[in-house]
Amino acid sequence: MAEMVRRRGRTGYLLLLPAALWLFVFFVVPFYSLVATSLFDPGGSDAKGYDMTYHVANYWTALKHYGKPESWTNLGPLLRSLWYGAIATGLCLVLGYVLAYAIAFKAGRWKNLMLVLVIAPFFTSFLIRTLSWKLILADDGFVVNTLQAVHLLGSDGRLLATPVAVVAGLTYNFLPFMVLPLFASIDKIDHRLIEAASDLYANPIRAFFKVTWPLSLPGVVSGTLLTFIPAVGDYINASLLGSPNQRMIGSVIQQQFTEAHNYPVAGALSVVMMTLIVAMVLFYVRRAGTEELL
Amino acid sequence: MRYLRKHLVLILGLLILVYTFVPIFVVVLMSFNDPASKLIYRFDGFTLANWRHPCGAEDMCSSVVTSVEIGLLSTLGATILGTLAAFALVRHDFHGRSSMNLLIFLPMAAPEIVMGSSLLALFVGAGFAGQLGFWTILIAHIMFCLSFVVVTVRSRLAGMDDTLEQAAMDLYATPRQTFWRVTFPLVFPGILGAALLSFSLSFDDFIVTNLNAGQTTTFPLYVWGAAQRGVPMQVNVVGSVMFLVSVVIVVGGELNSRRRMRALA
Repeated sequence: MAEMVRRRGRTGYLLLLPAALWLFVFFVVPFYSLVATSLFDPGGSDAKGYDMTYHVANYWTALKHYGKPESWTNLGPLLRSLWYGAIATGLCLVLGYVLAYAIAFKAGRWKNLMLVLVIAPFFTSFLIRTLSWKLILADDGFVVNTLQAVHLLGSDGRLLATPVAVVAGLTYNFLPFMVLPLFASIDKIDHRLIEAASDLYANPIRAFFKVTWPLSLPGVVSGTLLTFIPAVGDYINASLLGSPNQRMIGSVIQQQFTEAHNYPVAGALSVVMMTLIVAMVLFYVRRAGTEELL
Repeated sequence: MRYLRKHLVLILGLLILVYTFVPIFVVVLMSFNDPASKLIYRFDGFTLANWRHPCGAEDMCSSVVTSVEIGLLSTLGATILGTLAAFALVRHDFHGRSSMNLLIFLPMAAPEIVMGSSLLALFVGAGFAGQLGFWTILIAHIMFCLSFVVVTVRSRLAGMDDTLEQAAMDLYATPRQTFWRVTFPLVFPGILGAALLSFSLSFDDFIVTNLNAGQTTTFPLYVWGAAQRGVPMQVNVVGSVMFLVSVVIVVGGELNSRRRMRALA
């Protein structure tokens, strides 16, 4: 393709200005407001207003109430969200990899149709989909009865209001975020490399781990990030499919903001969550050696 | 057995695909449900009443209307701003390219709860706590749709050969004629795709909207409220219609592009 000549001059700036301004005012500036809010005097209220007192103790309050694990089985909302997010991401990776691999290498002329089918279910409202799972996993429903019949679940065992239901919901709802980047990576792999591996007497499993998997790593990294970040912040699954024992951090932040009007603590929790996610993402991307993705 | 082994991955893949459709079957099934009680969510009997009277559920239709209004306006806003920015990024040279790329990437990667609560902190801090509603939702939706529009249109533009435009210029078309007769029609599928994506992102958003909605109720907020009180079956009618419309659009687009490819070949 001919190299496109990029024009210089004012027009570029003018075209860019509205979008840049919008994102600056409504995305960047709000982060400063959030950090400022987290440092307000906790004694304020809507009526009195809030004073800026650089009250760092808001962070201790937030962490003491929501960040500290109560016991080994009750991690508290913050750690629980990271834990559920991690398990759901792992499950998505397994399911998503099989699906993306099948579409890229095995679907032949049905490739495009299968890709469309991957996205199609997710055009129905997120909340309605999750409500459907509530029905599917209901106490006298098909799934629970089957699991009881094969004794995987006790006769009074249930799925709703358990961590299993919440993680299953998260896995389901964020699956396309995993499949699409994985597909993009796997689809690009040159088939001849895998054939070369088997010509050199690698068995299919060895060929997969020595050739296909390393070449698909960029997709694995971006897929896991695109799944993990929204899954940790999500609270729809935890609220509709779980019980208060499965409460996630997003629910706490929302409730502290809109119902308790406890802006400083809610702000502090948001900042903590953002910081943890950024730290984990940076660490992970370094370990995977794929910094160029960022 | 050999057959099974050879096609194992494909079979597993198809099974996973079937699994993703399970909730959709339930949504369509429940849209024909005649519930015995409002509180128990299960299939009790067949009826067409939900489809005949979708607005029978109190307040549901007005929430759908609100969502459509916000969806259309935010799609319009985000598509215009995003398309202009995509043109600048691909076709023009300017300082600060890498920070602009970062500014576009971050809203797609930030968790919704953090984005929504930051925006709420801004509105409250600026003294708009009492005015939360339609306009604050709209501002938020334009913000998070914008990046997706830029990315979609940019990839269309970047993959486009400029030989056709050069040919138009060689044939003495003015820059304006070249733009409207050659460039724009070529980019249009990308813009349309971006607009559809924006609309579905806006229509389905819950977390950011919930924080900045005030007393305004969009469709997802309505479903959320209904989930605490007992879900009217008409909600599933809306869910089924959303699914049908998007499948028609996506499959239609796919068939259309196949037809064009065949016409070109």
